Amino acid sequence: MKLIFLTMAAVALVQAAGPVKLLNVSYDPTRELYQEYNAAFAKHWKAKTGTDVQINQSHGGSGKQARSVIDGLQADVVTLALAYDIDVIGEKAKLLPANWQTRLGNNSSPYTSTIVFLVRKGNPKKIKDWDDLVRPGIGVITPNPKTSGGARWSYLAAWGYALKHNNNSEVKAREFVTKLFKNVPVLDSGARGSTTTFVQRGIGDVLLAWENEAFLAINELGKDKFEVIAPSVSILAEPPVSVVDKVAAKRGTTEVAKGYLEYLYSDEGQEIIAKNYYRPASAKVAAKYVAQFPKLSLFTVVEIFGGWQKAQKTHFDDGGVFDKIYAPGN
Amino acid sequence: MSAVRRHGILPGFWPSLGFTVLYLSLIVLIPLSAVFLRSASVGAEHFWKSIAAPNVVAALRLSFSTSFVAALVSAVVGYLVAWVLVRYSFPGKAVIDALVDLPFALPTAVAGIALTSLYTDNGWIGRHLAPLGIKVAFTSIGITIALIFIGLPFVVRSVQPVLEDADAAVEEAAQSLGATRWQVFSRVIFPMTRPALLTGFALAFARGLGEYGSVIFIAGNLPMKTEIAPLLIVSKLEQYDYAGATAIAAVVLLSSFLVLLAINILQRRTKQYLEVS
Repeated sequence: MKLIFLTMAAVALVQAAGPVKLLNVSYDPTRELYQEYNAAFAKHWKAKTGTDVQINQSHGGSGKQARSVIDGLQADVVTLALAYDIDVIGEKAKLLPANWQTRLGNNSSPYTSTIVFLVRKGNPKKIKDWDDLVRPGIGVITPNPKTSGGARWSYLAAWGYALKHNNNSEVKAREFVTKLFKNVPVLDSGARGSTTTFVQRGIGDVLLAWENEAFLAINELGKDKFEVIAPSVSILAEPPVSVVDKVAAKRGTTEVAKGYLEYLYSDEGQEIIAKNYYRPASAKVAAKYVAQFPKLSLFTVVEIFGGWQKAQKTHFDDGGVFDKIYAPGN
Repeated sequence: MSAVRRHGILPGFWPSLGFTVLYLSLIVLIPLSAVFLRSASVGAEHFWKSIAAPNVVAALRLSFSTSFVAALVSAVVGYLVAWVLVRYSFPGKAVIDALVDLPFALPTAVAGIALTSLYTDNGWIGRHLAPLGIKVAFTSIGITIALIFIGLPFVVRSVQPVLEDADAAVEEAAQSLGATRWQVFSRVIFPMTRPALLTGFALAFARGLGEYGSVIFIAGNLPMKTEIAPLLIVSKLEQYDYAGATAIAAVVLLSSFLVLLAINILQRRTKQYLEVS
């Protein structure tokens, strides 16, 4: 008993004397980005304030991560895949104010991304645009939109494309997306699972992927095996970031947490972002890396679907459009 | 009960019973009742809607049928393995004995990924099955195979000690009374091991119902076709529908409990029958 007490006291002492600790709860594909950014920020913060800061990362599916924060994971900042997941943290656990998204530039999204196609080298099935995905005999790999944030973006991208090409007919869009999902042989539960299915198991002809994941896959697995194909139209994914006010206030990290997110918008932060294949928010850095990103026309969730809350409710909640695609007799 | 009246050799009946109840409450009963309370908090309508949706019914049916088949196969194969391990000695026996436990130790996700790699159309085994028109990965066959993998050790480890303890004299007596080898097995050995086999079967079945990690990779997760009940629980949680998730969990839990209870009763009967005869 005494020993336990002593150890606890020692741990408390070390914690008091050691660096400031920050926990960033993020989603799956940002692993590499934040690894690099955390080191840069720690250096910057030390130079600016003289204090050491140690940033811990937690990664997982965006919805699961939000749920952990709601259930009590002490996150100082959250950097998730979609605004809806941060909205829910505010709504259910009241850990941050409803207007969180207006507190930082660019709708609190220091970087954006989009959904592109990853195909096998030489593009043997000649997949150029969304239309090609619904051709009979094409195997499309994407995770389950009910469990994966990335898959929700892919689904909405396809829906938006179909609307644009069918005079905004919801009926046609639904037919299009239904046909597309008929071509999906496996629905993995997360984005990394789908990448494995496509890359390692050799299943399917095209993977619907985050742009940064697609480039990472190519860099890691060799340019001789896969190609990135940019469709004519896709969705502008805006993964937002926010301080979790109540947790930061309790842990006394509000200032450093704010600094951490603000520095993402600095030139150095934006450079790191671009190097990790996210599209930078800063026009200056974007201009520098313009050659790296395929040019395609992008629409936002707000433009086409009236915001995430609505999109989630109509399409992905139980009994929504996605469920109907798989309903018997369809 | 008789322990109280008899003041048996073992002291401390009440303290140990108290400890058992406390321990069971903390570790088992409180978390489980939380599941039921949470699912009850939304009212019967939402509860019913959550579990009567066609994709949920399909998933429950799939989970129950694959778990049942897998437990059945595990029972047969596991019995054989236990038999071989107890009755014969051969080089490498210790290694095989240790191998049996591996599915317990292996993180289930690793098992799932390994099985999927083997059984997809370009995997070591799947490659040879594909020309025959047999698809394993991403079908219910794949799910069953993953569950057999997970369930086998339960059967082996339940049956093995009973077989080891089986009195050789009883067998010899049967033989000397003119029983054939088949009769010795079916009339003497098998009845002795049947309760243990039932336990193994029940454990494998219950485990199969709840198994997530190893199945999720090989299942394919297509709604109405290869979606298992635990996946639906996860996808409900993803929508922050805690009540819906616990409703499905409650159904799985209750039915596992009923199965385990039925088997326990069955077991007790066979035991009594054995003791009487």
